[in-house]
Amino acid sequence: MSVPLGGVVLEATDIEKFFGDNHVLHGVSLAMRKHETVMLIGRSGSGKTTFLRCLNFLEEPTRGSVAMGDLRVEADPLQKKGRSRRGDIRQLRTQTGMVFQEFNLFPHMSVLDNCIDAPINVKGVSKDEAVARAERYLDKVQMLEKRDEFPARLSGGQKQRVAIARALSMEPEVLLFDEPTSALDPELIGEVIVVMEQLAHEGSTMIVVSHEMGFAREAADRVLYLEGGLVVEEGPPEQVLDDPKEEATKLFLKRFLSEGAKTPTEAGPPPPPLGPPAGAPDVPDIPPGGHRGVG
Amino acid sequence: MTATTDPIVAQIAAADTRRRLSFRVTFVLTWVVLLGAFIVWLLTLPENSVTGRKPFDPAFIIEKLPFLLAGVPMTIMVSVASIVLAVVLALLGALGRLSRSAIVYGAASLYVSVVRGTPLIVQILFVFWAVPQIIPELSRVPAPIMGVVALAFNYGAYMTEIFRAGIQAVPEGQREAALALGMSDRRIMSRIVLPQAVRIVTPAIGNEFIAMIKDSALVSWIGVQELLWRARIEGSANFRSLEMYLTAALIYWILTMVLSLAQDRLEKRMARGDR
Repeated sequence: MSVPLGGVVLEATDIEKFFGDNHVLHGVSLAMRKHETVMLIGRSGSGKTTFLRCLNFLEEPTRGSVAMGDLRVEADPLQKKGRSRRGDIRQLRTQTGMVFQEFNLFPHMSVLDNCIDAPINVKGVSKDEAVARAERYLDKVQMLEKRDEFPARLSGGQKQRVAIARALSMEPEVLLFDEPTSALDPELIGEVIVVMEQLAHEGSTMIVVSHEMGFAREAADRVLYLEGGLVVEEGPPEQVLDDPKEEATKLFLKRFLSEGAKTPTEAGPPPPPLGPPAGAPDVPDIPPGGHRGVG
Repeated sequence: MTATTDPIVAQIAAADTRRRLSFRVTFVLTWVVLLGAFIVWLLTLPENSVTGRKPFDPAFIIEKLPFLLAGVPMTIMVSVASIVLAVVLALLGALGRLSRSAIVYGAASLYVSVVRGTPLIVQILFVFWAVPQIIPELSRVPAPIMGVVALAFNYGAYMTEIFRAGIQAVPEGQREAALALGMSDRRIMSRIVLPQAVRIVTPAIGNEFIAMIKDSALVSWIGVQELLWRARIEGSANFRSLEMYLTAALIYWILTMVLSLAQDRLEKRMARGDR
């Protein structure tokens, strides 16, 4: 908003996803421009979280591709490609920072160690530089004085702000937020939203899955409404939220706002638990043959 | 919080304290009475009509106690060495049981299945007597070392499942957060998952160690001169098995009680420092 948009930094093309025979994403594309903030909205099971998780291959897309700069990773549902693709995925992940609904801070590491471990050991940043960066970003989320605390001693809002600092410390091109305020007590949501709005205004490139419509109006350049694994409507927030063209969007917003009037923070359908959206078959934790996911 | 002056509060607290104290006292008294009655009964048994001896001779226990106690260091050394080696085997076993490679998974599963499906005493005798038939050099290896190998081999398999459960108990979100930061599988395991899994399984390792103290008695069958071996030698040589096995049992009991107590303390401390 305050920083003019640059060129395309991330391009997801025709992402499809099946969980078993459940077709969750029917081909979603998104081109992110530098400094842009895009918000994905939709009800539970619309595929918005799955789409976000496909962008850094926490979820393996069934079809489609994700490109960042010269790097382009194609879906590989039959797992025919090997090591080099795994390297590409890791590279992609170092360029995308992710903030989770449940924070997922490493409980056995201090706040500072949470923020410097990956920069040092994954990106190869020197320790001094990593600490300097981490302190800069912890200061940005106003958690610097807690640098030596362990996560268990922090409130949910504080944990999430540290998680944001951890993601920022990798200095990624794009930040991915997966319902970052859905696990928070209502009174703690504000402190996280403030940080996110600040990041958006300073020109971070952000993709946000959330039900916080206030954030969309304040900070998003574009809003995408997803339903049934497709982008039904997309445009600037004032258009999609205040003057939607599609009946589906109108219906969603109407329901959302009427529920939202009662309990603003729990508005809309309840967010799905981490992992596949509602309706997707449960994926067993770890099958006897090995870990789930990709490495 | 407001200060309450209602006397009932203090009365309830006092009654609670009294009840707790009385429970403890009765508990201790129960042990003293039951054990005391057992000892008195042993001491008052009539003389055997054939041998003319008292069936229970406390003087013999006092005479042989130093000899028996001299076996305790061996019992403890065998147990400690076995549990340490077992932890290493269990870690490898657990990683194998979580491997995506069918070969590694198969090998680890075979290990667990074979060990869990056969008696520990068979494994000990097999390691000591059967394996040297294949590798004659092993017949020169001292019995305690062979015993440690057999015990560790056995416990490693059981603890494989403990470690595997501990690794799986680390929330999936931890792995996802590490993946999203671009960490490699190996690094995620060593730096993120295992440190948390170790905290989860530490109490279980304590239990295994206590069980190991007792199972280490089985290596007396291959001539390791630990506590039980000494009790058996003296007991059968002097027809004083009652005194010797009773004493050995008592020493094992004290060892395991002390260790249980220490483990409780450790767990409480870990719970307090939980982060």
